[in-house]
Amino acid sequence: MKMKLIATALAAVVAAAPAMAEVTFSALSYRTGPYAANGIPFADGYQDYFTLLNERDGGIGGEKINLVECETGYNTEKGVECYESTKGTGALVYQPLSTGITYQLIPKATADSIPIHSMGYGRTSAKNGEVFRWVFNYPANYWDGASIAIKHLLDINGGDLSGKKVALVYHNSAYGKEPIRTLEELAKKHGYELSLLPVDHPGQEQKSQWLQIRRDRPDYVLMWGWGVMNQVAIQEAVNIRFPMENFIGIWWSGSENDVKPAGDGANGYKALTFHNFGTNYPLFDDLKTHVIDKGLAAGAGDQVGTVLYNRGLYAAMLAAEAAKTAQGIHGVTAITPAQMRDGMEALEMTEAKMAELGLPNFGPEFSVSCQNHGGNGFGAVGQWDAAAGEWKMITDYMQSDQDVLQPLIEADSAAYASENGITAGCN
Amino acid sequence: MPDQLVFAMEVFLNGLMAGVLYALVALGFVLIYKASGIFNYAQGVMALFAALTLVGIMEGQVPFSHLINAVFGTDVHHFGWHMPALVSILLTMAVMVFLAWAVNKLIFNHLVNQEPIILFMATIGLAYFMEGFGDIMWGADIKKLDVGLPQGINIPIDETTYGWFGYGFFIDNLDIVATVIAAILVVALVIFSQYTKQGRAMRAVADDHQAALSVGISLNFIWVMVWSLAGFVALVAGIMWGTKSGVQFSLSLIALKALPVLMLGGFTSIPGAIVGGLIIGVGEKLFEFSVGPLIGGATENWFAYVLALIFLVFRPQGLFGEKIIERV
Repeated sequence: MKMKLIATALAAVVAAAPAMAEVTFSALSYRTGPYAANGIPFADGYQDYFTLLNERDGGIGGEKINLVECETGYNTEKGVECYESTKGTGALVYQPLSTGITYQLIPKATADSIPIHSMGYGRTSAKNGEVFRWVFNYPANYWDGASIAIKHLLDINGGDLSGKKVALVYHNSAYGKEPIRTLEELAKKHGYELSLLPVDHPGQEQKSQWLQIRRDRPDYVLMWGWGVMNQVAIQEAVNIRFPMENFIGIWWSGSENDVKPAGDGANGYKALTFHNFGTNYPLFDDLKTHVIDKGLAAGAGDQVGTVLYNRGLYAAMLAAEAAKTAQGIHGVTAITPAQMRDGMEALEMTEAKMAELGLPNFGPEFSVSCQNHGGNGFGAVGQWDAAAGEWKMITDYMQSDQDVLQPLIEADSAAYASENGITAGCN
Repeated sequence: MPDQLVFAMEVFLNGLMAGVLYALVALGFVLIYKASGIFNYAQGVMALFAALTLVGIMEGQVPFSHLINAVFGTDVHHFGWHMPALVSILLTMAVMVFLAWAVNKLIFNHLVNQEPIILFMATIGLAYFMEGFGDIMWGADIKKLDVGLPQGINIPIDETTYGWFGYGFFIDNLDIVATVIAAILVVALVIFSQYTKQGRAMRAVADDHQAALSVGISLNFIWVMVWSLAGFVALVAGIMWGTKSGVQFSLSLIALKALPVLMLGGFTSIPGAIVGGLIIGVGEKLFEFSVGPLIGGATENWFAYVLALIFLVFRPQGLFGEKIIERV
């Protein structure tokens, strides 16, 4: 009888205790469809980092993390549906992982006062936080990527690109066209000749483009591709014996998926990146202990340490750090999306902080402000080592040409503000 | 010889080769449409599924391993073998024959005498089912396919044309192999349909189901046979395209390349699929070469359809298609 009473009392205490609070993050992922091979590692990395925080730290600031995943299939309409169906969950930030979805969500999320973080994709001029109050694209954007690629070419050419021929092979979409203006401006500044070679979606057939490259013999080829376009382009480059060290892809053309189908021929291919590669970081030890060994890894658990897994992990880490910053600013743990924006605008990622988080020398240092939602525009160049089967960083992080980019960002964001009746400012 | 003319010749040859690859996909559509009147929306997914199965068997991948591991808490992924390409192709073909049987048993036997649009809808459902089924069975990662086909520039052609024109033509060895295989395939299919008992039965079914039934031809057997043949063609297309880009889920989109070929060559002609493919391949490549640079490029996808539409206006049944005359 006494035991029964104790049990009843315990049950009453448990029932009367306040419900465990939590912070919600959304994951607009694509684990199915033509781009699943890229969507899965990113989604796994994103999910595993939040699982780690829940298991190791009890969440963020004592708040358990509730991750709401929605399958977009990399389809813009489905992405918008996912946003509409999950925004009621109180998600603090959306990371659409698609330039098309990002463009659609910019006005919606702005109206709903929910931040968007399009990390290394989306609308470049969203860097201007005075116009795009709810959109962030740190630590780097497409125009940074274009500039960093040219900076790398300058470095390997003794600072002089005059008379050189650079070809851009790009996905014939808003995404693929993003770097054109920047590359044109940089061509004026550095004197190289730019040729443009669009590839229609999905990019399975690129014979015309690569025959032209073979005829024109550009010194360097840059690529803004995604999905099957990357694999076909790299294979075609191998076929025409284009020197792979002169072929540079944007960070969305630089995963293991892109180079492995071409085998040894892809050796030496380069791609930009805004984070480091591999698993040789203390954080991965924690992941093993608290997530993988406990059987809590997302998906099949076979993506850990791949380029896109690391990118998903990094995206989740930046979201978590912004949430911590927001909790600090507002003195509450259960923050709102509006408070999350404040945290994102005050985010500062230093090397000391990265080391403390278990990822030393992993990402560039940057800071965010109301005026600058895009960080400092640092990126690096990675190179594929086919024999080792891994990407290796071959440069330090370098900053994009702000003298060229800043006026472009101001002009584009001013045009957007004018079209949409937005008064720029930080209020 | 002027440079542009030499370049145009190279583009022309590459257009022919690309056309053969389009025709390989179109052939599968033609076979099924010819025998059953079904426009098989799932043909592209069949190529994907065949290629996934081939790589899976070659690499010794355990099918449904993610599902098995999730349900039983195991950690199995590979059988630990690497099977020779030829054996793997034969086993994959067996899987495609089983698929043909299952598709007919479970779907089309229940839809006999239904309107063509119903049958078309059924193939849409089949396409999405097979895509998901392939994902669960083999996983969504990109797989390297190497069945030993040569790839890269053909050196003799490069050197010979360099000797003639001072510019070496680029012709991909894989495209040459695809051309040879497509030629053999078409000849074999034509011989099969013209000179074998089963082939004649297939043509009889294509002409008139009821009449074929009345002379004792098994509709079920013929349909399974035709779907198996289409599965074989899908496997060949999957190998060619999968070797170029790795086996991945966007492989199913190659069906888009076959549609203008079918519009042009006709839905019922095997030689039409080849000729249509060649015209589309050459047409789109030459247009991109000559006009593309003037209008910003990326013309191939839409120009193929423009070309097909032009033919359609003047010859609605396609170049080699049968003219359907319905007498009242």
